[in-house]
Amino acid sequence: MSTPRASRHPSGRRPKRLSPSRVGLYAFLLITALFFLTPLYVMLVTSLKPMAEIRLGNIMSLPAAPTLDAWTTAWSRACTGLSCNGISAGFWNSIRILVPSVIVSIMVGATTGYAMSFWRPRGAKLLFAALMVVAFIPYQVFIYPLVRIFSQVGIANSLAGIVLVHTVFGLPTMTLLFRNHFASLPLELFKAARVDGAGFWRIFLQIMMPMAVPIAVVAVILQVTGIWNDFILGLVFAGRDNLPMTVQLNNVVNTTQGERTYNVDMAATLLTALVPLCVYFVSGRWFVRGIAAGAVKG
Amino acid sequence: MNQAPNRSSVSLRGVEIAYGPVRVLDRLDLEVAQSEFLVLLGPSGCGKSTLLNAIAGLTEVDSGEIWIGGRNVTWEEPKDRGIAMVFQSYALYPRMSVRKNMSFGLEVSGMKRPDVQRRVTEAAAILQITELLDRKPSELSGGQRQRVAIGRALVRDAGVFLFDEPLSNLDAQLRAELRTEIKRLHARLGATMIFVTHDQIEALTLADRIAVMRDRRIQQLGTPHDVYMRPANKFVATFVGSPAMSFLSGHITEGRVFETSTLRLDLSGYAFTAPPSVGMPVDLGIRPEHVVLAPGEAAAIPARVELVEPMGSDLLAWTRIGEAALTVRLSAETPVAPGDILPLMFSTRRLNLFDAQGERL
Repeated sequence: MSTPRASRHPSGRRPKRLSPSRVGLYAFLLITALFFLTPLYVMLVTSLKPMAEIRLGNIMSLPAAPTLDAWTTAWSRACTGLSCNGISAGFWNSIRILVPSVIVSIMVGATTGYAMSFWRPRGAKLLFAALMVVAFIPYQVFIYPLVRIFSQVGIANSLAGIVLVHTVFGLPTMTLLFRNHFASLPLELFKAARVDGAGFWRIFLQIMMPMAVPIAVVAVILQVTGIWNDFILGLVFAGRDNLPMTVQLNNVVNTTQGERTYNVDMAATLLTALVPLCVYFVSGRWFVRGIAAGAVKG
Repeated sequence: MNQAPNRSSVSLRGVEIAYGPVRVLDRLDLEVAQSEFLVLLGPSGCGKSTLLNAIAGLTEVDSGEIWIGGRNVTWEEPKDRGIAMVFQSYALYPRMSVRKNMSFGLEVSGMKRPDVQRRVTEAAAILQITELLDRKPSELSGGQRQRVAIGRALVRDAGVFLFDEPLSNLDAQLRAELRTEIKRLHARLGATMIFVTHDQIEALTLADRIAVMRDRRIQQLGTPHDVYMRPANKFVATFVGSPAMSFLSGHITEGRVFETSTLRLDLSGYAFTAPPSVGMPVDLGIRPEHVVLAPGEAAAIPARVELVEPMGSDLLAWTRIGEAALTVRLSAETPVAPGDILPLMFSTRRLNLFDAQGERL
């Protein structure tokens, strides 16, 4: 008599690798990818062609003689309005706006999120609700009053003004992001730190922020892409000397003297898109997590 | 620790706490003596953890006062109360090493580095976690984590140790192990300890005194023996003891006799707290081990066995006297099977009588 035993190998038909629904899914992904990649391809090849080749009108063809002339022109010689120094000035302006705005908005958002989830001051819920409601009001509504207020206070058309604007407009998202993260941590951790004698800032900086590194990375991604892509706030609040790259790009493209230099326009656009593009490529996984955390920047 | 142990009494005077309209504690008074091990025992939601948080200063009281070591600390910060606390979820700082977890509080208080190191080393030696000092909490097992959490409390050299269900997240074996460890620690330090649990075994094994809580109030405060043998009301009687006490419903007749439709029991040996009135309805509570087999005894009460549970050291017989259920603990060798009729006797002194409101008679 033999004892029954479990079979050594799986039996039955092997599951199909490629079902019709899979084929459909791949086809959809492929078409979507082509749809979004084609303009990028056209921009890239056009930026590498001299004007003579562009005039032939064959936008899909590869450049016969690839040249980086358009890129150097866009960077340092293209005309924005009256000055012809390229969009490099705009790039550095954007960096000058971006760095303090990202740092300050994240620090403020993390602090408010931490205070709201652990210290629960009186009226915190009301404040949070107000923050969320205000976040859904189109910010164009605030622009004119803010311009008036800023000129009264004396920070109109200045770096400080635009940094403040980005911090304030980023506050709801940043607060929500950090509040949700901190709310998911056990309250006992906070209690233990209080028994250990740590105060508001020490608990925040030594206990909570080291645990918030992943969410801080998400915050950086959201703020960097959001602030870099901003146009209207930069145009209104930064002042003539601090216009960000997006505004400069618009000026380059719209400053026409005779023939439209498509290759320079394309190169300038690609240069402007480079920073968010890098952020997306480097941080795809984190970015998805940021969206999933319920923080979609409006 | 080397220095003279730090022991504080704890005194709660009319403490009330409410979250909005929800009352959590009703005018509560409690005195905990120096070096006493007090267990707050009760089902979830009875207010025992809130009470502990109030002593720690993590929850504000709405009225009343809290005194620790002869000082009114009602409005002081947790760190200034001379307390240390151990939590159910361990609450170790995940980004810090074990050593750093234990030294954090001391560093915050501004203690000098050599002193901090000495205390951490000593506490680690007591708890046998010296070889874990450089690990991160994520690299430790549950039992090791709770040891570290106890170590973190130990280094504070506090006058009062507060434990908030510290063993609830551990498996049965570790729980028993750490339980004896905590008891040994109490004997060694002589510190005042207040321990919250919903586990009556922990309460009975650890406590000098148990405060049984339900519905925002202390139902009974007494030694484990008192709480077990003379429960103040039916709730305490049911909550403490496993398997639970059995109850027979009946009434008192002439000459202090307990009577139901199926049995009569002479209560002359029972220590009544107040003379009972004839005809009053009562519940008779009997612990499983206070029932004896009395074969051949004329006065024995017949009970029909429904189920037998061997427990190793002894066995439990789930029986019925008429309709009333009665659990009986017998020696493991007793030959008993479902369907048997057992002749039972109760020791009158060990019975518990409760009136219609559930209060002890």
